[in-house]
Amino acid sequence: MLLIYCPYCEEERSELEFRNAGDAHIVRPTNIAEISDEEFEEFFFLRQNPKGLIFERWRHIHGCGRFFNAARDTVSDRFYTTYKAGEPKPDVAAILKGEQDKGAAR
Amino acid sequence: MSGANRIAGSGRLTPARTARFTFDGRTLTALEGDTVASALLANGIHLVGRSFKYHRPRGILSAGAEEPNALLDVSRDAARRQPNVRATVQEVFDGMKVQSQNRWPSLAFDVGGFNDLLSPFFAAGFYYKTFMWPKAAWHAIYEPFIRRAAGLGVAPTEADPDHYASRYAHCDVLVIGAGVAGLSAALAAAKAGAKVIICDEQPEVGGALRYESGTTIDGKDGWDWAQTTAKTLAAMDNVTVLTRTTGFGYYNHNFVGLVERVTDHLPALDKALPRERLWQVRAKKVILANGSIERHMVFANNDRPGIMLASAGRTYLNHYGVAVGSKVGVYTAHDSAYEAAFDLKRAGVAVPAIVDCRDNPGEAVLAEARRLGIEVLTGHSVVNSGGKLRVSSISVARNGGGSARKIAVDALLVSSGWTPSVHLFSQSRGKVKFDAATQRFLPGTYLQDCLSIGACNGTDDLQATIDEALAAGELTARAAGAEGGAQVTLHGDNAFSWTGGMIGAAEGAGPDTSVKAFIDFQHDVCAKDIRLAVREGMHSIEHIKRFTTNGMASDQGKLSNMHGLAIAAEALGKDIPQVGLTTFRQPYTPVTFGAIVNHSRGSLFDPARKTPVHAWEEAHGAAFEDVGNWKRAWFYPKAGEGMHEAVARECKTVREVAGLFDASTLGKIEVVGPDAAQFLNLMYTNAWDTLKPGRCRYGIMLRDDGFVYDDGVVGRLAEDRFHVTTTTGGAPRVMNHMEDYLQTEFPHLKVWLTSTTEQWAVIAVQGPKAREIIAPLVEGIDLSNEAFPHMSVAEGKICGVPTRLFRMSFTGELGFEVNVPADYGQAAWEAIWERAEPMGACAYGTETMHVLRAEKGYIIVGQDTDGTLTPDDAALSWAVSKKKADFVGIRGLKRPDLVKEGRKQLVGLLTKDPNVVLEEGAQIVADPNQPKPMTMLGHVTSSYWSENCGRSIALAVVAGGRARLGQTLYVPMADRTIAVEVSDMVFFDKEGGRLHG
Repeated sequence: MLLIYCPYCEEERSELEFRNAGDAHIVRPTNIAEISDEEFEEFFFLRQNPKGLIFERWRHIHGCGRFFNAARDTVSDRFYTTYKAGEPKPDVAAILKGEQDKGAAR
Repeated sequence: MSGANRIAGSGRLTPARTARFTFDGRTLTALEGDTVASALLANGIHLVGRSFKYHRPRGILSAGAEEPNALLDVSRDAARRQPNVRATVQEVFDGMKVQSQNRWPSLAFDVGGFNDLLSPFFAAGFYYKTFMWPKAAWHAIYEPFIRRAAGLGVAPTEADPDHYASRYAHCDVLVIGAGVAGLSAALAAAKAGAKVIICDEQPEVGGALRYESGTTIDGKDGWDWAQTTAKTLAAMDNVTVLTRTTGFGYYNHNFVGLVERVTDHLPALDKALPRERLWQVRAKKVILANGSIERHMVFANNDRPGIMLASAGRTYLNHYGVAVGSKVGVYTAHDSAYEAAFDLKRAGVAVPAIVDCRDNPGEAVLAEARRLGIEVLTGHSVVNSGGKLRVSSISVARNGGGSARKIAVDALLVSSGWTPSVHLFSQSRGKVKFDAATQRFLPGTYLQDCLSIGACNGTDDLQATIDEALAAGELTARAAGAEGGAQVTLHGDNAFSWTGGMIGAAEGAGPDTSVKAFIDFQHDVCAKDIRLAVREGMHSIEHIKRFTTNGMASDQGKLSNMHGLAIAAEALGKDIPQVGLTTFRQPYTPVTFGAIVNHSRGSLFDPARKTPVHAWEEAHGAAFEDVGNWKRAWFYPKAGEGMHEAVARECKTVREVAGLFDASTLGKIEVVGPDAAQFLNLMYTNAWDTLKPGRCRYGIMLRDDGFVYDDGVVGRLAEDRFHVTTTTGGAPRVMNHMEDYLQTEFPHLKVWLTSTTEQWAVIAVQGPKAREIIAPLVEGIDLSNEAFPHMSVAEGKICGVPTRLFRMSFTGELGFEVNVPADYGQAAWEAIWERAEPMGACAYGTETMHVLRAEKGYIIVGQDTDGTLTPDDAALSWAVSKKKADFVGIRGLKRPDLVKEGRKQLVGLLTKDPNVVLEEGAQIVADPNQPKPMTMLGHVTSSYWSENCGRSIALAVVAGGRARLGQTLYVPMADRTIAVEVSDMVFFDKEGGRLHG
């Protein structure tokens, strides 16, 4: 069972309290009615499903109820960081470097 | 006397404290603290079971959790009977009944033993090859036969009368295993001030100290040091010591499952105690001190009762005071087995010989053997064993050939060395690495925040183990934030240090032989089976495992995996790391369903949701149906009525008089805020800013892909307040859907959402007399058609309590939905019923609700739609605003496939024979005589007998349906083909006048 840090509650809580909500940083176009079929396909259907680092949304559904974003490794299930919805996507290289430094310290 | 083989002065049990139990009906005496295995051995019983496949006589092989042979049926009473209990783990209690398994008619004479003679036919892969033909025989003959023969033990027939407990725990340092390493680490961590949990599967701490002799720690006898240390730890506020507790599963983020056996060893049950307690521990740091497991020697007929692991023989002597034989031979490739011989010899047991397949054993043990006068045959191997139900002799030959010498024994202790228990490390997804020098897999790369110490980390020396453990304890404690305490130092001494070890087949069981040299006792897998698998083309260890079933029994190959791997590597001509290791999975040892399921059984398995009117419905004889977790009144049969009659009566009564329906399960969401209307404009296809306070509207919610997601009536109570209703099943996901868009796509809108599903009881009063029924009870609302027309909402009082009263209808009749706070639900219902009943109205259930709405062509999202229908497909395009610039689904609706001709559309179906009721889900075709597979046009979504129409009615999705009005289509069934005519969706009161009645 994962341990997830809710950036709103500012606490690590058990996975039981959360629900995954798919990829993060996919913005619904404000002019959605006008976009092309290709743009809609890209927005609604296409996802990367990466092996390794993923930016995804979680909802603290049995807690504060907020949606937030997380950077997680899909192989190790390690959460690199979680951050509030609307905050910019963190720098991937910095995250990975931070992980390496932590690993070295251990 | 607690058994003839009990040696006075040996062991740690108290001779005066006896317990009586039965084994296959025979009453035996044990001592308190005995395991079933030690008690049987004390009574001279080695033969305890028959093997799984060949029904060979089997004895007790080990003294621990790795036991593959001694699996017994243990019962306390009729309901508390458990098959496949490991005799080496289960403690004896007074009154226990033990039975052997997999034998008929008796353990000593077993008809199934015939299989052993037929074994040439039962080679690995036998089942895969043999039962292929004729194909038809599989169901009729093979499967029933194999099912009867397969499996060990008989499942209990009675329900489990015990209860199980579950608790969550958090700690800084979790130590799994309480041997020298675990205890030392826990002590260091605890003294540093960390919150520590330490657990061990045994009833007492000590680990390998249970069998060792001559080990001292800080000058104290090893076992005594362990018990004292456990007491010291248990007395500390920051430490929890758990015995009889197995760490069975290592999951993500240092989440570890422990199971504590609370009552299985007690002679008298305390009802207040759970049988087992599941601990779900989240640890900042985990220390794995799991020890190692001794391996057996792989030689011909190495499975006879009386042949057991050297450490087991030593445990039975040094801990339980039981000699496993009177002439005990030793066959080993590792120094550790010598110490078993020494202990037995000193206790007065004859040790005819130590057979060591190595040429050069450790010098110290060799010297001690000489001193004790034990014959040591180095460079020799045991090439066979003799005896029927127990080993009676061993044949010993010099390595490389030569004549065999027969030595009489009544027990043989074997050891081919020790396998570090990397199970939990591997479960934590750490990567093991192969240490070629010592021929073992050791923890390599760590993925989680844990440390392995002691034997499971390949640390053999006692002082090195202690130092490693103390350092790990302190390091993890400090890393977890502990700041206190002094450093701990401990000094350990033991009699001998050990060398040696081998994996794979021993002399006489090599590639050119066909002897039965067992590697997996529980699944009867021999060395030759592994070689056969390789010859048959299995080159991956995962394939070899599945072909031979090696390591797939409930012991998960704790003894056999390394032997199997070495033999496979040899046959493949590869190095062991190249062949690879199979994956270790949870649980480490079998865990009861009771512990896992825990409280979630019976009514707590999937808790039922009941409406505020449930008790009334029950009292009035309602039949209930499950809708999600809700229990909903389905219909109310009167005496002599079946479902059909009851529903027909309810349907008639509602349209002729009136009916009361409990709609409390409807999802309800309060949408509040200055931007509430704007938010609903985005969430629903309809326009909400044009809805005036006091009015309601039917709304459709889409997903962004354009498909119908939910529907419901929304009432506007004020400029900034809406009362949204959703489908019963859709309530949670609609709430989630709204929150998602509000928080992440439209966060600029000032709106607050609250789920109010359970806050309101909803009583639907429908039918021509609906107004007359409720009017005298309502205060503050003018119910006239003019003041309160169809699709109105108002707040006022009913029966003196607050109400949100809706004028709306899901029946096509004049109707109201009375919302009252849930606590008043039943009282309001009863007050309304008191007026309704004398007028001839009825209470109706969900079935009648379904029929009445279908008569009007009102759809149910999730029944008539299936996530692939657009509003237009469902004949609801009138509800989609053409003026809005945006709503969820606006773009999806324009997708090429969603606007294509010929999409499936919802239509009505009328059977040509009005008495035939179609089956829901039945397929529809244009030409029933076309060749199969037929072109299917769609399917029936709703189908009922309509008493009000005097015929059957149905709704269906049909390709290009609305263009087919009046056409005849066909519904092919297994026994006949039903002709139907496509119609519109409204079957009753097509003009809709009754709504405004």
